[in-house]
Amino acid sequence: MQCQSCGLRPATVHVTRIVQGQVEQAHLCAQCAQESGEIDMLANPAALLQSLLANFAGQGQTLQTEKETRCPSCGFRFSEFRETGRLGCPSCYTHFRAELEPLLRRLHGTTEHRGKLPLRRGGAFERDRKLQTLRRDLQQAVAREEYEQAARLRDEIKQFESEGG
Amino acid sequence: MQIGEHLATPRSAWTSGRGEMADVVVSSRARLARNLEGFAFPGRLTPEVAAQVLGRVQAAVQGFGTGWSFVKLADLSAVDRQVLVEKHLISPQQMQEPEQAALAVRDDEGLSLMVNEEDHLRLQAFRPGLAVRATLDGALQADDRLEEALDYAFTPELGYLTACPTNVGTGLRISVMLHLGGLVRTRGIAQLLQVLPKLGLAVRGLYGEGTEAAGDLFQISNQITLGQAEEEVAAAIERAAQQIIEQERAARRMLKEQALQQTQDRVYRALGVLRYAQLLGGEEAMQLLSELRLGVEMGMLQVSAEAVNEMLVTALPGFLTRTMGHDLQTMEERAARARLIRERLQKEGI
Repeated sequence: MQCQSCGLRPATVHVTRIVQGQVEQAHLCAQCAQESGEIDMLANPAALLQSLLANFAGQGQTLQTEKETRCPSCGFRFSEFRETGRLGCPSCYTHFRAELEPLLRRLHGTTEHRGKLPLRRGGAFERDRKLQTLRRDLQQAVAREEYEQAARLRDEIKQFESEGG
Repeated sequence: MQIGEHLATPRSAWTSGRGEMADVVVSSRARLARNLEGFAFPGRLTPEVAAQVLGRVQAAVQGFGTGWSFVKLADLSAVDRQVLVEKHLISPQQMQEPEQAALAVRDDEGLSLMVNEEDHLRLQAFRPGLAVRATLDGALQADDRLEEALDYAFTPELGYLTACPTNVGTGLRISVMLHLGGLVRTRGIAQLLQVLPKLGLAVRGLYGEGTEAAGDLFQISNQITLGQAEEEVAAAIERAAQQIIEQERAARRMLKEQALQQTQDRVYRALGVLRYAQLLGGEEAMQLLSELRLGVEMGMLQVSAEAVNEMLVTALPGFLTRTMGHDLQTMEERAARARLIRERLQKEGI
Protein backbone atom coordinates (compact mmCIF):
# COMPACT_ATOMS: atom_id res chain seq x y z
CA MET A 1 0.00 0.00 0.00
CA GLN A 2 1.32 3.43 -0.98
CA CYS A 3 1.23 6.52 1.24
CA GLN A 4 -2.03 8.43 0.73
CA SER A 5 -0.26 11.75 1.08
CA CYS A 6 2.82 11.55 -1.17
CA GLY A 7 1.89 8.44 -3.16
CA LEU A 8 5.59 7.58 -3.38
CA ARG A 9 6.69 5.70 -0.31
CA PRO A 10 5.02 2.63 1.20
CA ALA A 11 2.43 3.41 3.86
CA THR A 12 3.78 2.19 7.17
CA VAL A 13 1.79 4.34 9.59
CA HIS A 14 -1.89 3.64 9.88
CA VAL A 15 -3.93 6.20 11.77
CA THR A 16 -7.46 5.92 13.02
CA ARG A 17 -9.19 9.28 13.09
CA ILE A 18 -12.60 9.96 14.46
CA VAL A 19 -14.37 12.67 12.51
CA GLN A 20 -17.86 13.56 13.72
CA GLY A 21 -18.34 10.16 15.27
CA GLN A 22 -17.16 8.31 12.16
CA VAL A 23 -14.00 6.26 12.21
CA GLU A 24 -11.67 7.12 9.35
CA GLN A 25 -8.41 5.50 8.32
CA ALA A 26 -5.33 7.23 7.02
CA HIS A 27 -2.39 5.29 5.57
CA LEU A 28 0.81 7.32 5.50
CA CYS A 29 4.53 6.82 5.18
CA ALA A 30 6.57 7.62 8.29
CA GLN A 31 7.82 10.88 6.80
CA CYS A 32 4.42 12.27 5.81
CA ALA A 33 2.92 11.15 9.12
CA GLN A 34 5.58 13.03 11.00
CA GLU A 35 5.35 16.14 8.81
CA SER A 36 1.58 16.27 9.06
CA GLY A 37 1.86 16.07 12.85
CA GLU A 38 -1.10 13.76 12.44
CA ILE A 39 -0.02 11.26 14.97
CA ASP A 40 1.87 10.95 18.14
CA MET A 41 4.77 8.72 17.16
CA LEU A 42 4.56 7.08 20.57
CA ALA A 43 1.27 5.49 19.57
CA ASN A 44 3.04 2.80 17.62
CA PRO A 45 6.45 1.27 18.35
CA ALA A 46 7.10 0.46 14.70
CA ALA A 47 6.29 4.02 13.63
CA LEU A 48 8.47 5.44 16.37
CA LEU A 49 11.37 3.24 15.31
CA GLN A 50 10.98 4.32 11.70
CA SER A 51 10.96 7.99 12.57
CA LEU A 52 14.08 7.50 14.69
CA LEU A 53 15.75 5.62 11.85
CA ALA A 54 14.81 8.41 9.43
CA ASN A 55 16.73 10.80 11.66
CA PHE A 56 19.67 8.41 11.77
CA ALA A 57 19.64 8.17 7.99
CA GLY A 58 20.61 11.85 7.74
CA GLN A 59 23.69 11.22 9.86
CA GLY A 60 24.40 8.12 7.83
CA GLN A 61 25.26 10.18 4.74
CA THR A 62 28.49 11.42 6.26
CA LEU A 63 29.31 8.00 7.65
CA GLN A 64 29.13 6.24 4.33
CA THR A 65 32.55 7.52 3.27
CA GLU A 66 34.07 5.87 6.31
CA LYS A 67 34.75 2.18 6.23
CA GLU A 68 31.69 0.52 7.65
CA THR A 69 32.13 -2.26 10.14
CA ARG A 70 30.31 -5.56 9.87
CA CYS A 71 28.98 -7.80 12.61
CA PRO A 72 31.69 -10.49 12.99
CA SER A 73 29.05 -13.19 13.50
CA CYS A 74 26.72 -12.60 10.57
CA GLY A 75 28.34 -9.95 8.35
CA PHE A 76 25.49 -7.50 8.90
CA ARG A 77 26.15 -3.78 8.26
CA PHE A 78 24.48 -1.15 10.41
CA SER A 79 23.32 0.72 7.29
CA GLU A 80 21.08 -2.28 6.56
CA PHE A 81 19.43 -1.75 9.92
CA ARG A 82 18.70 1.86 8.98
CA GLU A 83 16.89 0.57 5.91
CA THR A 84 14.96 -2.32 7.38
CA GLY A 85 14.68 -1.70 11.12
CA ARG A 86 15.79 -5.31 11.70
CA LEU A 87 19.13 -6.57 12.97
CA GLY A 88 21.03 -9.53 11.53
CA CYS A 89 21.66 -11.78 14.50
CA PRO A 90 21.76 -11.75 18.32
CA SER A 91 25.46 -10.74 18.27
CA CYS A 92 24.58 -7.52 16.42
CA TYR A 93 23.37 -6.19 19.78
CA THR A 94 26.89 -6.55 21.17
CA HIS A 95 28.74 -5.41 18.08
CA PHE A 96 26.59 -2.32 17.39
CA ARG A 97 26.03 -1.51 21.04
CA ALA A 98 27.19 2.11 20.72
CA GLU A 99 24.86 2.76 17.78
CA LEU A 100 21.90 0.97 19.38
CA GLU A 101 22.08 2.42 22.87
CA PRO A 102 20.59 5.86 22.10
CA LEU A 103 17.90 4.19 20.04
CA LEU A 104 16.96 1.80 22.85
CA ARG A 105 16.84 4.73 25.25
CA ARG A 106 14.42 6.58 22.99
CA LEU A 107 12.28 3.51 22.45
CA HIS A 108 12.16 2.12 25.97
CA GLY A 109 13.55 4.86 28.22
CA THR A 110 16.28 2.50 29.46
CA THR A 111 18.86 -0.06 28.32
CA GLU A 112 18.48 -2.43 31.25
CA HIS A 113 16.41 -5.61 31.20
CA ARG A 114 14.39 -6.18 34.36
CA GLY A 115 12.15 -9.03 33.31
CA LYS A 116 12.32 -12.78 33.17
CA LEU A 117 15.59 -14.74 33.07
CA PRO A 118 15.84 -18.07 31.22
CA LEU A 119 14.91 -20.79 33.68
CA ARG A 120 17.72 -23.24 32.93
CA ARG A 121 20.59 -20.76 32.61
CA GLY A 122 19.11 -17.95 34.68
CA GLY A 123 20.78 -18.74 38.02
CA ALA A 124 24.12 -17.15 37.16
CA PHE A 125 22.39 -14.12 35.62
CA GLU A 126 20.31 -13.70 38.75
CA ARG A 127 23.46 -13.62 40.89
CA ASP A 128 25.07 -11.04 38.62
CA ARG A 129 21.99 -8.89 38.74
CA LYS A 130 21.87 -8.96 42.56
CA LEU A 131 25.58 -8.27 42.87
CA GLN A 132 25.30 -5.30 40.53
CA THR A 133 22.46 -3.86 42.57
CA LEU A 134 24.44 -4.28 45.82
CA ARG A 135 27.51 -2.57 44.34
CA ARG A 136 25.44 0.33 43.09
CA ASP A 137 23.78 0.70 46.49
CA LEU A 138 27.23 0.68 48.09
CA GLN A 139 28.48 3.49 45.81
CA GLN A 140 25.40 5.54 46.60
CA ALA A 141 25.76 4.96 50.32
CA VAL A 142 29.40 6.12 50.19
CA ALA A 143 28.42 9.18 48.15
CA ARG A 144 25.80 10.06 50.76
CA GLU A 145 28.39 9.47 53.50
CA GLU A 146 26.18 6.82 55.10
CA TYR A 147 29.11 4.76 56.26
CA GLU A 148 27.24 2.40 58.54
CA GLN A 149 24.98 1.40 55.67
CA ALA A 150 28.01 1.18 53.35
CA ALA A 151 29.80 -1.19 55.72
CA ARG A 152 26.72 -3.39 55.90
CA LEU A 153 26.51 -3.52 52.11
CA ARG A 154 30.25 -4.24 51.79
CA ASP A 155 29.89 -7.24 54.12
CA GLU A 156 26.87 -8.44 52.21
CA ILE A 157 28.77 -8.25 48.90
CA LYS A 158 31.73 -10.14 50.43
CA GLN A 159 29.48 -12.83 51.74
CA PHE A 160 27.63 -13.04 48.42
CA GLU A 161 30.89 -13.38 46.49
CA SER A 162 32.30 -16.07 48.78
CA GLU A 163 29.06 -18.06 48.60
CA GLY A 164 29.15 -18.03 44.82
CA GLY A 165 32.70 -19.44 44.99
CA MET B 1 -6.51 -32.45 15.66
CA GLN B 2 -5.51 -31.83 12.05
CA ILE B 3 -4.82 -28.33 10.76
CA GLY B 4 -7.76 -28.77 8.39
CA GLU B 5 -10.12 -28.82 11.36
CA HIS B 6 -8.76 -25.49 12.55
CA LEU B 7 -9.23 -24.05 9.09
CA ALA B 8 -12.80 -25.29 8.77
CA THR B 9 -14.27 -23.58 11.83
CA PRO B 10 -14.60 -19.89 12.67
CA ARG B 11 -14.39 -20.90 16.33
CA SER B 12 -11.21 -20.02 18.17
CA ALA B 13 -9.94 -19.50 21.72
CA TRP B 14 -10.95 -15.84 21.57
CA THR B 15 -14.41 -16.20 20.00
CA SER B 16 -16.38 -17.82 22.84
CA GLY B 17 -17.73 -14.48 24.08
CA ARG B 18 -17.21 -15.61 27.68
CA GLY B 19 -14.77 -14.47 30.33
CA GLU B 20 -14.45 -11.38 32.53
CA MET B 21 -15.82 -8.07 31.30
CA ALA B 22 -17.07 -9.78 28.16
CA ASP B 23 -19.56 -6.95 27.61
CA VAL B 24 -16.61 -4.81 26.46
CA VAL B 25 -13.54 -7.04 26.15
CA VAL B 26 -13.47 -9.56 23.31
CA SER B 27 -10.13 -11.15 24.13
CA SER B 28 -6.74 -10.93 25.81
CA ARG B 29 -3.45 -12.04 24.32
CA ALA B 30 0.15 -12.34 25.50
CA ARG B 31 2.91 -12.78 22.96
CA LEU B 32 6.56 -13.63 23.62
CA ALA B 33 9.29 -13.15 20.99
CA ARG B 34 12.25 -15.53 21.29
CA ASN B 35 15.29 -16.41 19.19
CA LEU B 36 17.73 -19.28 19.26
CA GLU B 37 21.33 -18.67 20.21
CA GLY B 38 23.87 -19.19 17.46
CA PHE B 39 21.56 -18.47 14.53
CA ALA B 40 20.99 -15.29 12.54
CA PHE B 41 17.46 -13.85 12.74
CA PRO B 42 15.01 -15.37 10.20
CA GLY B 43 15.35 -12.45 7.77
CA ARG B 44 19.00 -13.38 7.20
CA LEU B 45 18.86 -17.16 7.22
CA THR B 46 19.49 -19.34 4.21
CA PRO B 47 16.66 -21.82 3.59
CA GLU B 48 18.92 -24.66 4.82
CA VAL B 49 19.72 -23.02 8.14
CA ALA B 50 16.12 -21.83 8.55
CA ALA B 51 15.09 -25.47 8.16
CA GLN B 52 17.47 -26.37 11.01
CA VAL B 53 15.80 -23.77 13.25
CA LEU B 54 12.44 -25.17 12.26
CA GLY B 55 13.59 -28.69 13.12
CA ARG B 56 14.80 -27.70 16.58
CA VAL B 57 11.60 -25.85 17.41
CA GLN B 58 9.47 -28.71 16.12
CA ALA B 59 11.39 -31.14 18.34
CA ALA B 60 10.91 -28.83 21.34
CA VAL B 61 7.17 -28.53 20.65
CA GLN B 62 6.90 -32.31 20.76
CA GLY B 63 7.62 -31.93 24.47
CA PHE B 64 4.17 -30.40 24.77
CA GLY B 65 2.69 -33.83 24.13
CA THR B 66 -0.49 -34.59 22.24
CA GLY B 67 -3.24 -32.14 21.39
CA TRP B 68 -1.07 -30.05 19.10
CA SER B 69 -0.76 -29.73 15.35
CA PHE B 70 2.28 -28.53 13.49
CA VAL B 71 2.17 -27.30 9.90
CA LYS B 72 4.63 -25.73 7.50
CA LEU B 73 3.03 -22.69 5.91
CA ALA B 74 4.52 -23.52 2.53
CA ASP B 75 2.36 -26.67 2.56
CA LEU B 76 -0.80 -24.58 2.78
CA SER B 77 -2.57 -22.63 0.05
CA ALA B 78 -2.61 -18.83 0.17
CA VAL B 79 -6.30 -18.97 1.11
CA ASP B 80 -5.61 -21.32 4.02
CA ARG B 81 -2.86 -19.02 5.25
CA GLN B 82 -5.26 -16.08 5.01
CA VAL B 83 -7.73 -17.99 7.21
CA LEU B 84 -4.98 -18.46 9.81
CA VAL B 85 -4.36 -14.69 9.74
CA GLU B 86 -8.06 -14.07 10.20
CA LYS B 87 -8.08 -16.39 13.22
CA HIS B 88 -5.03 -14.52 14.63
CA LEU B 89 -2.90 -17.66 14.48
CA ILE B 90 -0.26 -16.25 12.13
CA SER B 91 0.72 -12.70 11.20
CA PRO B 92 0.02 -11.02 7.86
CA GLN B 93 3.79 -10.79 7.40
CA GLN B 94 4.27 -14.51 7.91
CA MET B 95 1.49 -15.28 5.48
CA GLN B 96 3.39 -13.48 2.71
CA GLU B 97 6.74 -15.15 3.39
CA PRO B 98 5.91 -18.79 4.05
CA GLU B 99 9.38 -20.19 3.24
CA GLN B 100 10.56 -22.22 6.24
CA ALA B 101 7.81 -20.70 8.38
CA ALA B 102 5.53 -22.88 10.44
CA LEU B 103 2.70 -22.83 12.92
CA ALA B 104 2.24 -25.00 15.98
CA VAL B 105 -1.20 -24.73 17.51
CA ARG B 106 -2.90 -26.33 20.49
CA ASP B 107 -6.27 -27.91 19.76
CA ASP B 108 -8.23 -25.13 21.52
CA GLU B 109 -6.12 -22.46 19.73
CA GLY B 110 -5.48 -20.87 23.14
CA LEU B 111 -1.75 -21.39 22.73
CA SER B 112 0.22 -21.25 19.51
CA LEU B 113 3.68 -20.70 18.09
CA MET B 114 4.77 -18.96 14.93
CA VAL B 115 8.14 -20.23 13.73
CA ASN B 116 10.52 -18.21 11.54
CA GLU B 117 8.40 -15.10 11.44
CA GLU B 118 10.31 -11.90 12.24
CA ASP B 119 11.83 -13.85 15.13
CA HIS B 120 12.55 -17.58 15.34
CA LEU B 121 9.69 -17.98 17.76
CA ARG B 122 6.55 -16.06 18.53
CA LEU B 123 4.62 -17.74 21.30
CA GLN B 124 1.12 -16.53 21.97
CA ALA B 125 -1.58 -17.26 24.50
CA PHE B 126 -5.18 -16.23 23.84
CA ARG B 127 -8.23 -16.09 26.09
CA PRO B 128 -11.69 -14.63 25.78
CA GLY B 129 -12.59 -11.61 27.92
CA LEU B 130 -10.23 -9.72 30.19
CA ALA B 131 -7.65 -12.29 31.31
CA VAL B 132 -4.33 -10.49 31.18
CA ARG B 133 -2.66 -12.42 34.02
CA ALA B 134 -3.91 -15.79 32.81
CA THR B 135 -2.66 -15.26 29.26
CA LEU B 136 0.70 -14.04 30.55
CA ASP B 137 1.05 -17.05 32.86
CA GLY B 138 0.07 -19.39 30.02
CA ALA B 139 2.69 -17.91 27.72
CA LEU B 140 5.43 -17.89 30.38
CA GLN B 141 4.79 -21.52 31.35
CA ALA B 142 4.98 -22.64 27.73
CA ASP B 143 8.15 -20.56 27.38
CA ASP B 144 9.73 -22.39 30.34
CA ARG B 145 8.95 -25.75 28.76
CA LEU B 146 10.43 -24.72 25.43
CA GLU B 147 13.52 -23.44 27.16
CA GLU B 148 14.17 -26.92 28.55
CA ALA B 149 15.02 -27.94 24.99
CA LEU B 150 16.15 -24.67 23.38
CA ASP B 151 18.97 -22.21 24.10
CA TYR B 152 17.56 -18.74 23.74
CA ALA B 153 19.56 -15.70 22.62
CA PHE B 154 19.71 -13.75 25.87
CA THR B 155 21.98 -11.32 27.69
CA PRO B 156 21.51 -10.19 31.29
CA GLU B 157 21.65 -6.51 30.21
CA LEU B 158 19.25 -6.55 27.27
CA GLY B 159 17.19 -9.64 28.03
CA TYR B 160 15.79 -11.70 25.15
CA LEU B 161 17.33 -10.52 21.89
CA THR B 162 14.93 -9.90 19.01
CA ALA B 163 15.28 -8.97 15.34
CA CYS B 164 13.66 -5.60 15.97
CA PRO B 165 14.82 -3.48 18.94
CA THR B 166 11.19 -2.57 19.68
CA ASN B 167 10.75 -6.09 21.14
CA VAL B 168 14.05 -6.59 22.95
CA GLY B 169 14.00 -7.29 26.70
CA THR B 170 10.96 -9.27 27.73
CA GLY B 171 9.87 -9.80 24.11
CA LEU B 172 6.42 -9.41 25.59
CA ARG B 173 3.46 -7.77 23.95
CA ILE B 174 0.20 -7.99 25.86
CA SER B 175 -2.88 -6.85 24.04
CA VAL B 176 -6.53 -6.56 24.91
CA MET B 177 -9.18 -6.32 22.21
CA LEU B 178 -12.12 -4.13 23.15
CA HIS B 179 -15.39 -3.29 21.47
CA LEU B 180 -15.82 0.44 21.99
CA GLY B 181 -19.14 0.93 20.22
CA GLY B 182 -20.43 3.29 22.91
CA LEU B 183 -17.38 5.54 22.90
CA VAL B 184 -17.35 5.72 19.10
CA ARG B 185 -21.04 6.70 19.02
CA THR B 186 -20.77 9.26 21.82
CA ARG B 187 -17.55 10.67 20.35
CA GLY B 188 -15.56 9.95 23.47
CA ILE B 189 -13.16 7.81 21.47
CA ALA B 190 -11.03 10.65 20.06
CA GLN B 191 -9.96 11.75 23.51
CA LEU B 192 -9.17 8.20 24.52
CA LEU B 193 -7.03 7.62 21.44
CA GLN B 194 -5.05 10.72 22.34
CA VAL B 195 -4.51 9.74 25.96
CA LEU B 196 -3.44 6.11 25.50
CA PRO B 197 -0.11 6.81 23.75
CA LYS B 198 0.85 9.11 26.60
CA LEU B 199 0.46 6.14 28.95
CA GLY B 200 2.90 4.15 26.81
CA LEU B 201 0.14 2.15 25.16
CA ALA B 202 -0.25 1.50 21.47
CA VAL B 203 -3.67 1.34 19.84
CA ARG B 204 -4.29 -0.76 16.76
CA GLY B 205 -7.10 -2.22 14.74
CA LEU B 206 -8.46 -5.74 14.81
CA TYR B 207 -5.57 -7.36 12.96
CA GLY B 208 -2.64 -5.64 14.63
CA GLU B 209 -0.02 -3.42 13.18
CA GLY B 210 -1.12 -1.68 10.02
CA THR B 211 -4.75 -2.72 10.08
CA GLU B 212 -7.95 -0.79 10.40
CA ALA B 213 -10.06 -0.40 13.51
CA ALA B 214 -12.98 -1.98 11.71
CA GLY B 215 -16.17 -2.82 13.56
CA ASP B 216 -15.24 -0.46 16.43
CA LEU B 217 -12.77 -3.07 17.68
CA PHE B 218 -9.59 -1.65 19.17
CA GLN B 219 -6.50 -3.42 20.43
CA ILE B 220 -4.49 -1.77 23.17
CA SER B 221 -1.01 -3.08 23.90
CA ASN B 222 2.19 -2.17 25.70
CA GLN B 223 4.89 -0.41 23.77
CA ILE B 224 7.86 -0.82 26.10
CA THR B 225 9.56 -4.21 26.38
CA LEU B 226 12.81 -3.20 28.08
CA GLY B 227 13.21 -2.14 31.72
CA GLN B 228 9.84 -3.39 32.92
CA ALA B 229 9.15 -6.79 34.40
CA GLU B 230 6.42 -8.89 32.78
CA GLU B 231 4.14 -8.49 35.80
CA GLU B 232 4.44 -4.69 35.67
CA VAL B 233 3.45 -4.68 32.02
CA ALA B 234 0.47 -6.93 32.77
CA ALA B 235 -0.61 -4.70 35.67
CA ALA B 236 -0.39 -1.55 33.52
CA ILE B 237 -2.41 -3.07 30.69
CA GLU B 238 -4.97 -4.41 33.13
CA ARG B 239 -5.35 -0.97 34.78
CA ALA B 240 -5.71 0.78 31.44
CA ALA B 241 -8.25 -1.79 30.24
CA GLN B 242 -10.30 -1.37 33.42
CA GLN B 243 -10.41 2.37 32.91
CA ILE B 244 -11.43 2.05 29.28
CA ILE B 245 -14.13 -0.46 30.27
CA GLU B 246 -15.51 2.04 32.78
CA GLN B 247 -15.56 4.76 30.13
CA GLU B 248 -17.22 2.51 27.58
CA ARG B 249 -19.88 1.46 30.10
CA ALA B 250 -20.49 5.12 30.97
CA ALA B 251 -20.88 5.90 27.27
CA ARG B 252 -23.43 3.11 26.93
CA ARG B 253 -25.36 4.40 29.96
CA MET B 254 -25.40 7.77 28.26
CA LEU B 255 -26.77 6.18 25.09
CA LYS B 256 -29.45 4.44 27.15
CA GLU B 257 -30.46 7.55 29.05
CA GLN B 258 -30.24 10.12 26.30
CA ALA B 259 -30.60 8.30 23.02
CA LEU B 260 -32.33 5.00 23.74
CA GLN B 261 -34.68 5.09 20.78
CA GLN B 262 -31.99 6.04 18.28
CA THR B 263 -29.66 3.37 19.64
CA GLN B 264 -32.37 0.70 19.49
CA ASP B 265 -33.24 1.84 16.00
CA ARG B 266 -29.67 1.41 14.79
CA VAL B 267 -29.33 -2.00 16.45
CA TYR B 268 -32.61 -3.35 15.03
CA ARG B 269 -31.95 -1.87 11.59
CA ALA B 270 -28.59 -3.65 11.59
CA LEU B 271 -30.31 -6.87 12.63
CA GLY B 272 -32.86 -6.40 9.87
CA VAL B 273 -30.23 -5.95 7.20
CA LEU B 274 -28.07 -8.83 8.43
CA ARG B 275 -31.14 -11.07 8.67
CA TYR B 276 -32.45 -10.37 5.18
CA ALA B 277 -29.74 -8.87 2.97
CA GLN B 278 -28.77 -10.87 -0.11
CA LEU B 279 -25.49 -9.06 -0.77
CA LEU B 280 -23.12 -7.77 1.91
CA GLY B 281 -19.79 -5.97 1.47
CA GLY B 282 -16.97 -6.66 3.93
CA GLU B 283 -16.89 -3.23 5.53
CA GLU B 284 -20.65 -3.00 5.66
CA ALA B 285 -20.83 -6.36 7.42
CA MET B 286 -18.22 -5.23 9.96
CA GLN B 287 -20.17 -2.08 10.72
CA LEU B 288 -23.50 -3.89 11.01
CA LEU B 289 -21.96 -6.57 13.22
CA SER B 290 -20.66 -3.80 15.47
CA GLU B 291 -24.22 -2.45 15.86
CA LEU B 292 -25.42 -5.96 16.56
CA ARG B 293 -22.64 -6.50 19.09
CA LEU B 294 -23.56 -3.29 20.87
CA GLY B 295 -27.17 -4.46 21.00
CA VAL B 296 -26.04 -7.75 22.56
CA GLU B 297 -23.72 -6.02 25.02
CA MET B 298 -26.46 -3.57 26.04
CA GLY B 299 -28.93 -6.39 26.57
CA MET B 300 -31.27 -5.48 23.70
CA LEU B 301 -30.83 -8.69 21.72
CA GLN B 302 -30.83 -12.36 22.61
CA VAL B 303 -27.93 -13.25 20.33
CA SER B 304 -24.80 -14.80 21.85
CA ALA B 305 -21.52 -12.88 21.70
CA GLU B 306 -20.04 -16.12 20.39
CA ALA B 307 -22.33 -15.96 17.37
CA VAL B 308 -21.30 -12.36 16.70
CA ASN B 309 -17.60 -13.30 16.86
CA GLU B 310 -18.10 -16.28 14.59
CA MET B 311 -20.03 -14.18 12.07
CA LEU B 312 -17.16 -11.71 12.14
CA VAL B 313 -14.62 -14.39 11.18
CA THR B 314 -17.05 -15.99 8.73
CA ALA B 315 -17.46 -12.68 6.88
CA LEU B 316 -13.72 -12.26 6.23
CA PRO B 317 -12.43 -12.86 2.69
CA GLY B 318 -10.14 -15.83 3.41
CA PHE B 319 -12.72 -17.72 5.38
CA LEU B 320 -15.43 -17.02 2.80
CA THR B 321 -13.27 -18.21 -0.06
CA ARG B 322 -12.33 -21.38 1.78
CA THR B 323 -15.93 -22.14 2.73
CA MET B 324 -17.09 -21.72 -0.87
CA GLY B 325 -14.17 -23.78 -2.11
CA HIS B 326 -13.05 -21.52 -4.96
CA ASP B 327 -11.94 -17.95 -5.71
CA LEU B 328 -14.86 -15.57 -5.50
CA GLN B 329 -15.88 -12.70 -7.75
CA THR B 330 -17.06 -9.59 -5.89
CA MET B 331 -20.76 -10.40 -6.28
CA GLU B 332 -20.28 -14.03 -5.32
CA GLU B 333 -18.33 -12.99 -2.25
CA ARG B 334 -21.04 -10.57 -1.17
CA ALA B 335 -23.74 -13.14 -1.73
CA ALA B 336 -21.82 -15.79 0.22
CA ARG B 337 -21.18 -13.40 3.10
CA ALA B 338 -24.85 -12.44 3.30
CA ARG B 339 -25.97 -16.07 3.15
CA LEU B 340 -23.58 -17.35 5.83
CA ILE B 341 -24.59 -14.54 8.19
CA ARG B 342 -28.31 -15.19 7.55
CA GLU B 343 -27.80 -18.85 8.30
CA ARG B 344 -25.90 -18.17 11.50
CA LEU B 345 -28.64 -15.81 12.73
CA GLN B 346 -31.27 -18.43 11.95
CA LYS B 347 -29.29 -20.92 13.99
CA GLU B 348 -29.48 -18.42 16.86
CA GLY B 349 -33.26 -18.51 16.46
CA ILE B 350 -33.52 -14.95 15.18
